[in-house]
Amino acid sequence: MSALTPWLTQALEVLAAIALAPLFVGWIVQCRAWLQNKSAPSIWLPYRAIHKLFHKEAVLAERASPLFRFAPYVVFGSMACAAAVIPSMGTRLPFSGAADAIALVGLLATARVFVSLAAMDVGTAFGSLGARREMMVGFLAEPALLMVIFVASLISSTTALPAISDALATQPFALYPSLAFTAVAFVLVLLAENARIPVDNPATHLELTMIHEAMLLEYSARHLALMEWAASLKLFNYACIGFALFVPWGIATGEAQTPLALLAALPILALKLAAAGLGLAVIETVSAKLRVFRAPEFLATAFLLAMLGLLVNLLLRA
Amino acid sequence: MTALPFDLQIINALSALFLLLAFAMLTQRRVVGLVNLLAIQGALLCAATLLLAYRTGQTHLYLSALLTLALKVAFLPWLLHRLIRRLGVYWDSEPLINIAGTMLLGLLIVIFSFGLAQPIAALASTATRNAIGIAVAVVLLSFLTMITRRKAMSQVVGFLSMENGLFFGAMSATYGMPMIIELGVALDVLVAMLVLGVFFFQIREQFDSLDLHHLESLREDQ
Repeated sequence: MSALTPWLTQALEVLAAIALAPLFVGWIVQCRAWLQNKSAPSIWLPYRAIHKLFHKEAVLAERASPLFRFAPYVVFGSMACAAAVIPSMGTRLPFSGAADAIALVGLLATARVFVSLAAMDVGTAFGSLGARREMMVGFLAEPALLMVIFVASLISSTTALPAISDALATQPFALYPSLAFTAVAFVLVLLAENARIPVDNPATHLELTMIHEAMLLEYSARHLALMEWAASLKLFNYACIGFALFVPWGIATGEAQTPLALLAALPILALKLAAAGLGLAVIETVSAKLRVFRAPEFLATAFLLAMLGLLVNLLLRA
Repeated sequence: MTALPFDLQIINALSALFLLLAFAMLTQRRVVGLVNLLAIQGALLCAATLLLAYRTGQTHLYLSALLTLALKVAFLPWLLHRLIRRLGVYWDSEPLINIAGTMLLGLLIVIFSFGLAQPIAALASTATRNAIGIAVAVVLLSFLTMITRRKAMSQVVGFLSMENGLFFGAMSATYGMPMIIELGVALDVLVAMLVLGVFFFQIREQFDSLDLHHLESLREDQ
């Protein structure tokens, strides 16, 4: 039994991530609708959309290369792999030996590269426009994300995400101004990377300033479903990275991880996700979309905060 | 890793916030926002001084905290707000270097000053010696704020924030300056502020603007 438990944790985490990701997106949409005094769509809407898309006939552009058809599977696969190394419920993950936090950032970058390549593949104006913007946002957000992870690594002296989470959750309580700075930086990176409001508007398909939606315009049916699902999985993964670094309490830690502890961790994860979704909805309601040319400034702020966190950590050891 | 006592942790957190505020000032475009940030900086300084006074039991620190509260949190921001209203300057023109560039420059300054303060911190015996680097960084960042701004008002705010940084440095290196010096500095700042207030009106009368680059070129007498 005890030899099986880590694998059980691993399987449960990946399955939970894949299953809950659309629900998380639905929850955010619902919260935002409440905050804006609109009638909210059903929280199950993302599932229905995915279900509907899977039953449609896929239409491909005439000039689409195999890469275009191949990309959704790669993107979805790398997001599922990323979910496997992020500790959302337990920290004894057999897969985590394969990829530490830096490799995780690389995994997310792989997905981004494939989305962008697929967007440029067909050669429509919108596709390459979106791809270029995505790369601009990506190359600015990535160093900030790495800095965020380095601060947590400095505190826990490891770069493996489950080990970081374990160390942070079990150590005695201490004030970490560096972690507070990096938490803010992480939220900015999350907003930018997941095409949320100050950088991109997730609710629209037809806007000249769109980034994420512009890249998916050519996709249909099951490919589109996988892309949408991967996008929600990405948001879910980012939220779980945030929990693992900044609010690790409540996940199963240490050597003795019983299935019971995992069952206890699931409602806590749900609670954290509900709070995070509400927080995201509030941010999206109170802030206006930035001009595309302001996005580098936004991400420079994120980098600055993360870097400050790193420097303060080195100076104050806190 | 040994855990610090909790009050020291709070002082550390306050000093980290102090550094963050210096960056916020560096990137703030609105003059009103700058003055508000200055007031918050003063409040942080006051809180840190009070905590340090409580921790070390030095009574003169209570007095200097009171002085900080009266002068830097209440009086000077009030005076600056009044000046802004009367002069009608709400926005600074675009800074000389763009915001992202200023931020990167600021980061380099922080790295430089942390390195600079390390030998000093090694010599100091106070519990807060690690924060000396932050004080040096705040002084230099305020200096950068003064350099990159054109309007007289923002430069004055940068000057006052530099004074805050110096005060913080003295506090973390030696638990504050002797009372007589502290009073002298406070009086100096007050007088400088009043004189500069008069200056603002003079500058505006001469040039119809508070933009200081008008002062850079010599003019023939009319």
